[in-house]
Amino acid sequence: MDVFSDPLNREVYLTGFLWILKLTLAGGVGALLLGVLLAAMRVSPVPVLRAFGTAWVNIFRNTPLTLIIFFCYFGLFSTLGVAFSDDIDLNNFWLGVTGLAVYTAAFVCEAIRSGINTVPAGQAEAARAIGMTFRQTLTMIILPQAGRAVIAPLGSIIIALCKNATIVGTIGLMESSNAMKQLINENGDAVVPIFLVFAGTFAIVLIPTGYAFGWLANRLAVKR
Amino acid sequence: MSDEALIVLDKVNKYFGPLHVLQDVDLSVARGEVVVVIGPSGSGKSTLCRAINRLEPINSGTITFDGRPLPAEGRSLARLRSEVGMVFQSFNLFAHKTILQNVMLGPLKVRKEKPAEVRERAMSLLDRVGIGNQAEKYPAQLSGGQQQRVAIARALAMQPKAMLFDEPTSALDPEMVGEVLDVMTSLAREGMTMVVVTHEMGFARHAANRVVFMADGQLVESAPPAEFFANPKSDRAKDFLSKILTH
Repeated sequence: MDVFSDPLNREVYLTGFLWILKLTLAGGVGALLLGVLLAAMRVSPVPVLRAFGTAWVNIFRNTPLTLIIFFCYFGLFSTLGVAFSDDIDLNNFWLGVTGLAVYTAAFVCEAIRSGINTVPAGQAEAARAIGMTFRQTLTMIILPQAGRAVIAPLGSIIIALCKNATIVGTIGLMESSNAMKQLINENGDAVVPIFLVFAGTFAIVLIPTGYAFGWLANRLAVKR
Repeated sequence: MSDEALIVLDKVNKYFGPLHVLQDVDLSVARGEVVVVIGPSGSGKSTLCRAINRLEPINSGTITFDGRPLPAEGRSLARLRSEVGMVFQSFNLFAHKTILQNVMLGPLKVRKEKPAEVRERAMSLLDRVGIGNQAEKYPAQLSGGQQQRVAIARALAMQPKAMLFDEPTSALDPEMVGEVLDVMTSLAREGMTMVVVTHEMGFARHAANRVVFMADGQLVESAPPAEFFANPKSDRAKDFLSKILTH
């Protein structure tokens, strides 16, 4: 492990994973908010909203993430001039967050929608029968129960998001996969150890994350 | 009971695909009246009950509640539903809320009443149906009979003008039927307007002002319970009663 005894190399490693963490957090928050909104659209009685939600899911779930991230850079930023910051790293970060959120929201939407299907129809009927509007029924009765039913699948989506965040490296952010590439380039004699450290870091963080979501899913499950 | 009609159905028709489940149904329920709807399964009695607060939309005819025709959609329909309490066969208590929250939710969120007042009313309603000491539990922790009594309290918390019961005891173990019927009987005595779809002939006999018999989507017979059970006029009703009363 000579490679990682060099403080400069450690810095590259840590900064890389710090970017992954930030991309996962910001992308995850964006994807959850957007995904819930899309799921609400897909079950709403308004045909235009339903069509919008369906179109979103079909487009972004079936487009490779690399293409979406490229579009965020070359389309949104280079061509359309959408910029988030003057700092080039921060700008690339937010372009990456946009792409990750837009893409992951499609999966979140479908998970929540399958959660909505686990809520018995009688729950919505009872809510309507006491005079709740569609919005109240959805936000107070259906979504809280649907959300608890899909915590485990949401965990899988968040884990996938964390690993997908490495794709933001393709538009120049020095996240972990770029950091690994740089270290390998500079230390050709230590390819396997470098690879194992980077892969191991993902595993060490994500395996407990998976168990945490499983534990949370059990704890918050709605008893029927 | 007054002569003034609270719920009026006029030539109501409803189809499920090719199935004509409500056929030209006319029914008028007076303020304070307790109408029990009986009939064989598949006769349309549940659909009739659910049509009154438009959980089932109808295809033709009119339903009038408290002098106004049922609104089609949106806020005015929600407002009407808040004035009509509904109790379901499968209770449908909100599974992620406590008993107390179940009862308070409507008054708080639909009527925007003050929390302190709502809480007091909810607790007194829960005491009334005998569940006051279970207020902090979740629905799945209660027995079926207890859940159904909470469902009645939840409907009453909205201070409704009428109550609809859609087979409220059909999903209950036999020993729990009595506790739910007791609550319903006391409600009937206090003058609540009630439409009750049920198979409980005992309740129909002692608590109803009128028994309505339905078969094949039609309202076949309507009479005070004593008269209906002693002397049913239609063959369908005679046949139905002979099947259920011989056991």
